[in-house]
Amino acid sequence: MEPLTWTGSLSALNLFFTLAVCLFAILVVVQIVTSLFVTDEPIRVQSDGTASSSAGVSGLIGTGVKFSFMLVIGIILIYLVAGIVMGPKAGIFGGMAQQLLPVWIAMIVIFAASFKFKRKLGLYGKLFDSTVGMIGFGIVLFWVLAGVMGGVFDMLVTHDSLSQTSGMKNKLPGTPLRGAEDGDYQWFLLGGDNLARDVFSRLFKGAWIVVLIAPMATLFAFMVGITLGLPAGYYGGRLDTILSFLANLILAFPVILLFYLLVTPEIVATGIPNYMAAVLFVFPLIFFAILLNSRFYTQPSVRTPLLIVVLGVLAWAYLSLISNDGAIVATKTYWIPGLPAVLDGINMPPAILVVFVSVVFVNSPTVFRIVRGLALDIKTRDYVAAAQTRGEGPWYIMLWEILPNARGPLIVDFCLRIGYTTILLGTLGFFGLGLESESPDWGTTINAGRRLLALYPHAAIAPALSLLTLVLGLNLLADGLREESLRD
Amino acid sequence: MGIFILRRLGVMLLTALCLTFIVFFLTNLYPNLEKLAKTQGNFRMSEEAVESYLGDRGYLDAMPVKFGRWVGVVPGWVTEKVDDDGNPIVIGRCFARNTPQDQRAKFCGVLQGHWGSSTVFKTDVGELVMTRLGATGKLMGFVLLLMVPMALGVGVLAGMREGSRLDRSLSTFSIATTATPEYVSGVIFIALLASSKNGLSPLLVDWGWMDAKTLFSGSATRAVDDATFKNFFLPVLTISLYGMGYIARMTRASMTEVMTAQYIRTARLKGVSFGNVVMKHALRNALIAPFTVIMLQIPWLLNGVVIVETLFNYKGFGWLLVQAASNNDIELLLAVSVVSVVVVLLTQLISDIGYVFLNPRIRIS
Repeated sequence: MEPLTWTGSLSALNLFFTLAVCLFAILVVVQIVTSLFVTDEPIRVQSDGTASSSAGVSGLIGTGVKFSFMLVIGIILIYLVAGIVMGPKAGIFGGMAQQLLPVWIAMIVIFAASFKFKRKLGLYGKLFDSTVGMIGFGIVLFWVLAGVMGGVFDMLVTHDSLSQTSGMKNKLPGTPLRGAEDGDYQWFLLGGDNLARDVFSRLFKGAWIVVLIAPMATLFAFMVGITLGLPAGYYGGRLDTILSFLANLILAFPVILLFYLLVTPEIVATGIPNYMAAVLFVFPLIFFAILLNSRFYTQPSVRTPLLIVVLGVLAWAYLSLISNDGAIVATKTYWIPGLPAVLDGINMPPAILVVFVSVVFVNSPTVFRIVRGLALDIKTRDYVAAAQTRGEGPWYIMLWEILPNARGPLIVDFCLRIGYTTILLGTLGFFGLGLESESPDWGTTINAGRRLLALYPHAAIAPALSLLTLVLGLNLLADGLREESLRD
Repeated sequence: MGIFILRRLGVMLLTALCLTFIVFFLTNLYPNLEKLAKTQGNFRMSEEAVESYLGDRGYLDAMPVKFGRWVGVVPGWVTEKVDDDGNPIVIGRCFARNTPQDQRAKFCGVLQGHWGSSTVFKTDVGELVMTRLGATGKLMGFVLLLMVPMALGVGVLAGMREGSRLDRSLSTFSIATTATPEYVSGVIFIALLASSKNGLSPLLVDWGWMDAKTLFSGSATRAVDDATFKNFFLPVLTISLYGMGYIARMTRASMTEVMTAQYIRTARLKGVSFGNVVMKHALRNALIAPFTVIMLQIPWLLNGVVIVETLFNYKGFGWLLVQAASNNDIELLLAVSVVSVVVVLLTQLISDIGYVFLNPRIRIS
């Protein structure tokens, strides 16, 4: 069988595509340069009181930019649609487009629904008013859907991500599978890595690890940061001094040194990461307990059952998260029993737990500082004084007056921080820390591929570009959210 | 001001002490010591052999005592034992074997200027760290030289006309650079520019525009002694790009704020040309905030330095950190962390003081 080219039978389009991209790039540069020299046409006030001005040179170039951009997008859409229909006949891109069909369908459904109801969806709906935000959301949504579908439901992947196929070592993208049987997918779409595994399948299996850990770790870091940052900012005084000193202590550590100290097998053997997990993961419990208690403590008939149910579920999740095989800490010399394996609902492998804990640990102090700063600012507002006069308790004021009013900056920072956490996870993988060397996550794959970078770059480039697009998407999303939340 | 600096120096000292103690504690946990004993002795050591190796060298004493020895406030360990031939010998932390009793130093720690010796490189830690720090200083210097003008330029150009096409293009560019960590951009640069099989270099060779095999070198090992554009540019560019985006965005924010100020409007109304307004009126005030950001960015560059030095195999401070950490070289690791903590805290101090000097509206009481 012939190896696939990038665009297959659509290669006639390549020339037009290149031309369109060049045209767009040239026009953008021309527009920028002219904007520095050409002044706008003067505005004339007409006799009926309206003002008008002709578009002039800059208007003409602006129209050109718009049309050439639409041309580029149009050709990309042709590639995509033709690829979905023709599959591998349209080359590697076609094969990938067809393989990712479930993702495209889900994305179209979500976008259509969001557009239809965007006025009823609050801040999320407003996102669809900003182009940048929409692009960012689209990219993030793509990776989330791809991660869930590929990692959990095994839908997008073409081959097993761990099995090695003889004769496929370091093969270029589009190489036909040697000795393929009828049921097999016939090609390695993005080639094989240095252990003869399919790069394309590993990419999407790895997306799941990133998409799972990064937001979860960020969420935990926010719980820790909020639970400690609010009282530090609100009460001030000695509590603030101590907590700020501790936060600065962690921030003064070079991140990589901290990772090297926490994630080595020797430290894992001492059980320190397990203790850290036990401490850090208890914060969501504290957070929700205080949150609900401060709101409903005047109505004990509502509060008591609510707290029992919520805390019961959270405590179970907490215990099953930190216990492995029935133990919270298991070292050579002693072990602390945890939830028995029968009740252990969340089965997190110890390696991932360690990575998770260290990422939460590194992120929390920054969140703490942000929340503390916001609390310091907001506690001087009138509505806080009003609540104090009403006789509300301090925790009610912190969690139900200050926190909701700090949500704008916090949501934006949450998006940015997921991107940063993704980068941190990649860094861990890049140094071969934490996750096993065969793990398909992007950092580990980049690390494995970088040794042969000059000869076979595809194994490292594919995850590198994926990580780049995901983080870029998150940054654009945060930018869009910031813009829209400032608009109210 | 003097009291402010003194207080900050006190906090710095306390922070450095706490951090080194944490590093000391983590590196001195028993599994780490066991690994150390086995790499220094041999891998088939029995439990008892490991115990006696560590016990003889004072590794099994209480943690505060060991830390005090490293700092130099507790006397170093002295062990009397019998060697394989049955002769009594005395070994100690502060003196070489068989030093006469009256010449033995009692204290030897950081306070006495004794940083210990590296178990991996078998040399004096102080000297080792200084040479590697020199190499990284060169890298950092070039990074700052490339990054700061680029970032300020991009930020000022983007911020002078908010919302213009130039602003949007440059802002997108700076968002893209902050979204590209060093290990991604480095990998892409090597694949595109430093490979003889892929990317730009084979094209240039084909067209006959270039004699060498590759445009840039993918390894910067030789740049420590002999840095050329070819072997040093890619590492410098990789670090600069990631750090640049953030500074550029901060500069842009500061510039847009200044451009909406009253005195700029007055200058425009007086008839000063746009170029003069930007260069003479806006720029100086717009550059106060980025100064702080640049200083605070330096510790972040340290991270980038570790990644880039590993990727390009440039044997500097970051490379040393990785070597020390992956081999649990305790005294080297401690020295490395002291240096990096001091860098972090010093840059914070400088940025605070500099901010006060640059911005006349701020006074520290």
